[in-house]
Amino acid sequence: MNKSNLFLTAAVGLMVWSGAAQAQFTDNKVKIGVLTDLSGTYSDLAGQGSIEAAKLAIEDFGGKVAGVPIELVTADHQNKGDIGSAIARKWYESDGVDAIFDLVTSSVGIAVREVSKEKGKIDVNSGAGTSALTNDKCSPTGFHWAYDTYALANGTGNAVVKQGGDTWFFLTADYTFGQNMQAQTERVIKVNGGKVLGAVKHPFPNADFSSFLMQAQSSNAKIIGLANSGSDTINAIKQAKEFGITQSGQQLAALLVFITDVHSMGLDVAQKMLLTTGYYWDMDDPSRAFAKRFAAHMNGKMPTMVQAGVYSSVRHYLRAIEAAKTDDGPKVADKMRELPIVDFFAKNGHLRPDGRMVHDMYLVQVKTPQESKVPWDYYKVLRTIPGDEAYQPLSESTCPLVKK
Amino acid sequence: MQLSRQTLFTLALLLIGLVLPHFVYPVFLMKGLCFALFASAFDLLLGHVGLLSFGHAMFFGFAGYVTAHAAREWALSPELSILLGVLTATLLGLVTGWLAIRRQGIYFAMVTLALAQMMYFVAVEAPFTHGEDGIQGVPRGLLFGLIPLNDPLAIYYTVLAIFVLGLALIHRVVQSPFGQVLKAIRDNEPRAISLGYRVDQYKLLAFVLSAGISGLAGSVKALVFQLASLTDVHWHASGEVVLMTLLGGGGTLFGPTLGAFVVVIIQNSLAEAGSWVTIIQGAIFVLCVLAFRRGIVGTLSPWFAKIGIKV
Repeated sequence: MNKSNLFLTAAVGLMVWSGAAQAQFTDNKVKIGVLTDLSGTYSDLAGQGSIEAAKLAIEDFGGKVAGVPIELVTADHQNKGDIGSAIARKWYESDGVDAIFDLVTSSVGIAVREVSKEKGKIDVNSGAGTSALTNDKCSPTGFHWAYDTYALANGTGNAVVKQGGDTWFFLTADYTFGQNMQAQTERVIKVNGGKVLGAVKHPFPNADFSSFLMQAQSSNAKIIGLANSGSDTINAIKQAKEFGITQSGQQLAALLVFITDVHSMGLDVAQKMLLTTGYYWDMDDPSRAFAKRFAAHMNGKMPTMVQAGVYSSVRHYLRAIEAAKTDDGPKVADKMRELPIVDFFAKNGHLRPDGRMVHDMYLVQVKTPQESKVPWDYYKVLRTIPGDEAYQPLSESTCPLVKK
Repeated sequence: MQLSRQTLFTLALLLIGLVLPHFVYPVFLMKGLCFALFASAFDLLLGHVGLLSFGHAMFFGFAGYVTAHAAREWALSPELSILLGVLTATLLGLVTGWLAIRRQGIYFAMVTLALAQMMYFVAVEAPFTHGEDGIQGVPRGLLFGLIPLNDPLAIYYTVLAIFVLGLALIHRVVQSPFGQVLKAIRDNEPRAISLGYRVDQYKLLAFVLSAGISGLAGSVKALVFQLASLTDVHWHASGEVVLMTLLGGGGTLFGPTLGAFVVVIIQNSLAEAGSWVTIIQGAIFVLCVLAFRRGIVGTLSPWFAKIGIKV
């Protein structure tokens, strides 16, 4: 036993002895980390908004849970796995952080998942898409909150093929998320009797899509599937319009689009696009109420599903701590699985053994400029996809934690 | 026996290295040590042969990939994984050096940069490197089947030992007759040739040594962070090592180490500032180049020399 362990034991012993706090809390506070992209491609859809969302959740608890104060730390992982994992390691080892949220970008999400799993700490991913988080990379203390590639492929892929888009060509961002997204959409296309004519991988992030779009055009596929996100998707869609690809009859299917992307593209470009989302601000009264609070802190910007997911996940985590009266990773994780998730984000959510938060998803269509009445009035909800239908069935999960 | 001031100074530094992990976060120190070794290896070329390589990231990063792959996919022990990483870097160094030493100055830098960019794209595309994601969750394992590297202090002292040995090797090389010839080449290459030295062979050997030790640093870093990623093969890493060396002082024993720690401390303390890090780093670099031409240690060295310490 080294010195710091001895000190810790002594401190814990003293705490128990004094009877001041019956609950078990390391350093007598709950420390929450929001690790996100504050400077890059995804800073709009996660970034500062995720930090504000976490602050709102902490505010709702009055800054305290089970009698101890809640502290928030934030950092920019610059979309790099090594930076993300180094920050996470430092947070867990020397700063006493108990759980990390947001974790946008799949490569960072997976890197931090490895560290969290090793340390027995909680990571709740709202930002990243890859379904690997609940398959090979699942962890007893790791959760995946807002959406995943499987649900997106299922939602958007299905709908597009059913509308007659049965031949596809993919533009894929060359990292876990893109590859995952493409593979899962291909599965959906084939199940529905469609065909995949080809695919091209592009670097992440990328600014010039001209050569990739030319390849897509010459494939003569009816649908160009965009297995990328953020500014990559925006650039690809805008450039496709400039090249006259969309006007000449080929359609774009963007598989992951956030409301901030629609906002920056403008309805002119984005209109009529089909997409799948886990949250839309103008859905009902509770979701509007949250959006209003959020917008007041963010200069009128509406929350994306990632930012709403960060609020929902931080709230659920704090509720679990309140019930478990400890910040010990595995114990809180058990409690999180036990409690149902009922808030504006998930009406009937629950956490599965593989870490998936199952909640309803929505298939929406982007409104035309004429249909849109107020700022951020962008989506028409076409269909609510029940959680159990949207997400990968537990029986198909390759997560070793799932008992077969 | 009377210890010389030089020995006392070295022992004092070693003592600091031994007790520091009890006060400072060990992973941070290990990052510093890995970059310090990398910068020292780089300085073997820049400070002692006068060759500015702009592609050292390929040795550093690729050795990391090989070590990570060996430890994770082939489940090799840490010492074997590191050895494989070093061998890869050495071989890469041999090929790159053989091509690059035919040119001097800016052309040498460009050839090394071009080859490093080629290796970067190999790292992006090759399946075993996992592209953007990198190789994650690398097991640290048992060193020599005995020492559990998962213990923070155990791995720290291992890294410290590797660093000290690496630095000692560089020091030995520089002090040897071979090192004297390198200096002669740096100062006046045509004269060294006229004296009958096969300059190309000396340069190549120095290049390979530098590449191998850079590889050692990269391999160790992969085990420390349990991760090998594109960041370490990117040309930014090549630029960073130049910055570290010049900041600390090229051609000195401890200069690159100090420079590496200064840069790592800046990055660490400014991590929350996001994209400002590079701007602040740039400003500090400009200041240092203007204020101390020969780097921090280079500027202080006459002062140390007065009290009989060579730094």
